[in-house]
Amino acid sequence: MSATTLIVTGKAKRARGGMTKKRGIDWLMLALVVIGAVLVVAPFYLVIVNSFKSPTDYATSGPLALPHELDFTGIVKFWERVDFPQKVWNSILISGAVAVLAVVISMLNAFAIGIGRVRGRTWIVLLFLLANLLPQEALLYPLYYMFKSVGLYDNVLSVIIIFTVIQAAFGTYLLSSVYGTFPKEVLEAASLDGASRWQILWRVVFPISRPTLSVLLIFFFIWTWNEFLIPLTFLASNDNQTVPVAISVLQGDRLMDVTTTSASALLGIIPTLIFFLIFQRTLTRGITAGAVK
Amino acid sequence: MSSATRSGRTALPPEEPLIPQRRGGTGAYWLYLLPGFALLLIVVIVPLLWNVYLTFTKWKGVRTPEFIGLENWQKLFTDEDFWTSFQNSVWMIIAMVVVPTIVGLIVAALLFDVIGRKFGGKVGSFLRATYYLPQILPIAVAGIVIGWIVRPGKDGALNQILSWFGMPAYDWLGQMPSALIVLMVVMVWVQLGYPVVVFMAALQRVDPELYEAAELDGANWFQRFSAITMSIIRPEIFVVTLTCTIAALKVFGPVYIITRGGPAGSTLVPAFYAYQEFFTKRNVGYGATIATVLTIVVVIVSIVFIRVQNSIERKERAGL
Repeated sequence: MSATTLIVTGKAKRARGGMTKKRGIDWLMLALVVIGAVLVVAPFYLVIVNSFKSPTDYATSGPLALPHELDFTGIVKFWERVDFPQKVWNSILISGAVAVLAVVISMLNAFAIGIGRVRGRTWIVLLFLLANLLPQEALLYPLYYMFKSVGLYDNVLSVIIIFTVIQAAFGTYLLSSVYGTFPKEVLEAASLDGASRWQILWRVVFPISRPTLSVLLIFFFIWTWNEFLIPLTFLASNDNQTVPVAISVLQGDRLMDVTTTSASALLGIIPTLIFFLIFQRTLTRGITAGAVK
Repeated sequence: MSSATRSGRTALPPEEPLIPQRRGGTGAYWLYLLPGFALLLIVVIVPLLWNVYLTFTKWKGVRTPEFIGLENWQKLFTDEDFWTSFQNSVWMIIAMVVVPTIVGLIVAALLFDVIGRKFGGKVGSFLRATYYLPQILPIAVAGIVIGWIVRPGKDGALNQILSWFGMPAYDWLGQMPSALIVLMVVMVWVQLGYPVVVFMAALQRVDPELYEAAELDGANWFQRFSAITMSIIRPEIFVVTLTCTIAALKVFGPVYIITRGGPAGSTLVPAFYAYQEFFTKRNVGYGATIATVLTIVVVIVSIVFIRVQNSIERKERAGL
């Protein structure tokens, strides 16, 4: 992707110039940006530190101090109360299914729009884009009613179907313009060799665009993982809830002490931190993919 | 949070399909659109039209909707809560668009221009990643983190910190200006990383020689920033402001978790208002009306943004 190339050339240029002399003002600027960064991570620090304290430790030493001794009661209490592994599994199942299905649908759509150049494609792309921009509230009640009447309410399938469409709408928009500039020679060569459209899609277009598709896959997975409104509305029973919904539902529980609340936040953050560490580069590339095309 | 896209660039040149034709026309490609379209129809188009129809009805969600004409729409104009909710959207735009874009621009410029150049790219990327971290946190979890920090009474983290300075505990979410301010601070925290990352990527396009030339001509940092940086990364500023404005108009999660629209409706936003009408008050018709207005506003904002961007780009190309 062009974004990566740009980053590489940028680095090379800077390296040639070497590091220039640091002046006082530079250190001041660094200090400012570092203070900002510390403020950004401060809530993460608070959550991590307080998840391992006992309520008495919290009351005496306060929220900023490190725990006197590691205490896992908050975490264990929350883990058991919400059956955390079950929630993580629900989230993985929903987000994984959505990511794969939405990438496939986006690819089929973009193949017709970007490579097939079907008539009226500008309008089709706009229609898909609109589906992604819409506030979900404008679909919420009819969807709620529809899924209830076909017996899919409180079933992970309902959430999977809805997000497949919403994410694929964005994927169609992005992939259509990527496929619109697909190297024509490659397609022509495949066609001369007698490949059908279907074969060209799976044997030529799919492998070549795999890097873009994997960025989309990761984004769809994380976006779906983070979704709140629709899972909140559609997944009523405890067994079907996702991680964010399960954590938020428990907030109304007055029995939760401060350290348990903190532990619940920690358990909600951990999957995110794992994604972040694994996909940091892909994430940065993905966000800039559209903008730096 | 939607990834950055340069909206308005959807038009493809009027060309033939990229694969040479042997049989059928472009018509055969419609088959590939079939699954996507069928799903779009069921999940987006039908519910959207249905929702518009519901705005003309009174419905509790059971039995058949009762047609009442424009009653919901008339109610909307005199409904103070409705106007408050859109007023709060303006506050959300300040917190999610204005502040993050300006601060993000400064942070990105500092990271790229000062820290990246003088302290090495590694320091720059590490700090960039730090700023980006809250962006991938589920908004529900972000809300819980902050909700816990601003808990009322002495066991809230913020109040405990205040107590070290001898300040009394404060009920942050229980009173009017502070509840909205907390919400806004949370949104700044969540949003800031997005413009930082996008703008830093954009800055890679700036030719360092341009800067050096300007430096030799005696331009100071601010002059270089406004003359070179700003003009080069303008497309990204458009993308960030558009996507964040839409997100600000649609914001739901943090309001649901942190304030539930309270105290006394003072942090109400349209999305949460519609949700309340649907599921708490069971006024489905009225909820649908609010959701429809929100949709119209989002669509208008998008169109205006794209138009303005296109006209600026056209002028620029004509000027060159």
